[in-house]
Amino acid sequence: MRRPGRDDTPDRLYTLTGGRSRADSDAFDLVTLVVSEFEPTPGMQSEHTAILRMCRRPTAVVEIAAELGLPVSIVKILLSDLLATGRITARHPQTSRQPARLPDPTVLEQVLVGLRNL
Amino acid sequence: MASATSDTTDPTGAAPATGLPGPAAAPAPAAGPPSDRTPLLSTASNALKVVVVGGFGVGKTTLVRSVSEIRPLNTEETMTQAGQHVDDNSAVLAKSATTVAFDFGRISLNEETVLYLFGAPGQERFWFLWDRLFAGTLGAVVLVDTRRLADSWYAIDRLEQHGTPFIVARNDFGGPRYTHQEIRDALDLLPHVPLVDCDARSREDGKAVLIALVRHLHRLVTGQVH
Repeated sequence: MRRPGRDDTPDRLYTLTGGRSRADSDAFDLVTLVVSEFEPTPGMQSEHTAILRMCRRPTAVVEIAAELGLPVSIVKILLSDLLATGRITARHPQTSRQPARLPDPTVLEQVLVGLRNL
Repeated sequence: MASATSDTTDPTGAAPATGLPGPAAAPAPAAGPPSDRTPLLSTASNALKVVVVGGFGVGKTTLVRSVSEIRPLNTEETMTQAGQHVDDNSAVLAKSATTVAFDFGRISLNEETVLYLFGAPGQERFWFLWDRLFAGTLGAVVLVDTRRLADSWYAIDRLEQHGTPFIVARNDFGGPRYTHQEIRDALDLLPHVPLVDCDARSREDGKAVLIALVRHLHRLVTGQVH
């Protein structure tokens, strides 16, 4: 026995993404910071509008997902649309995505200073 | 909340059977309304990830909450298991998805750098999504409850397998005191992996756990650990 997968209104999710189930690229990390470059325009898909409003200040992909109540992968698809049309820019994490690659010691030193100052 | 994997409603794990909140349980659900979320500075440009892994009810959300500048938020990721569990009469199951819920908080470290803390369930299906979600993670904190040490064996195995550096933090729930050596033996920890004690409800302890992790990472990077 296994718990059936939660089929969270898949029709709605498919509608949101125009039927796509994965982003064209791995352009977005969980913590890529997204910044709006334009205000929403009338007639724009409501999720796009919400993202553009939310990202007037830098906002991580995972925070967008939490606020919209959508799975991260769906949000990445919505974001790739906005990125392709230049409505947002993305500030990617500067850490390597290679597994087992250790971070830069100067980054770690900055983190230590920041934590000690909390 | 339909997820079975999140322990946000049980932040301390003190009384999962009765549903009574533990001493540090917040009265409200972990995910707050959008207005609660303080925006980042407009100069924020580099976000880092640290993952807190541990068994159900071990206090992951409590630890995240104790140091986060926002009330922990909750989100989920799904992975469609196409091709798995397919047989003659299971066409419905073929499109089922693994859903993993996790919560997170953040700490703005300076004008550019933000540290995101993810509380993630350590059970098996979660690791299917590790690479997608947590590639590039600085390191991990394995939060353990000495009453249920075996709950963390699997997470430690997988972190070692992924080459993700980690430390172990004992969340002190009271009960019998084990020596660090007893815990190290039970977890089969390598000698260089730090083991620290904490009260996950304490902001100072939460900070100390993160500092212990980052110092460990720094020693690894600068070659002071072999």
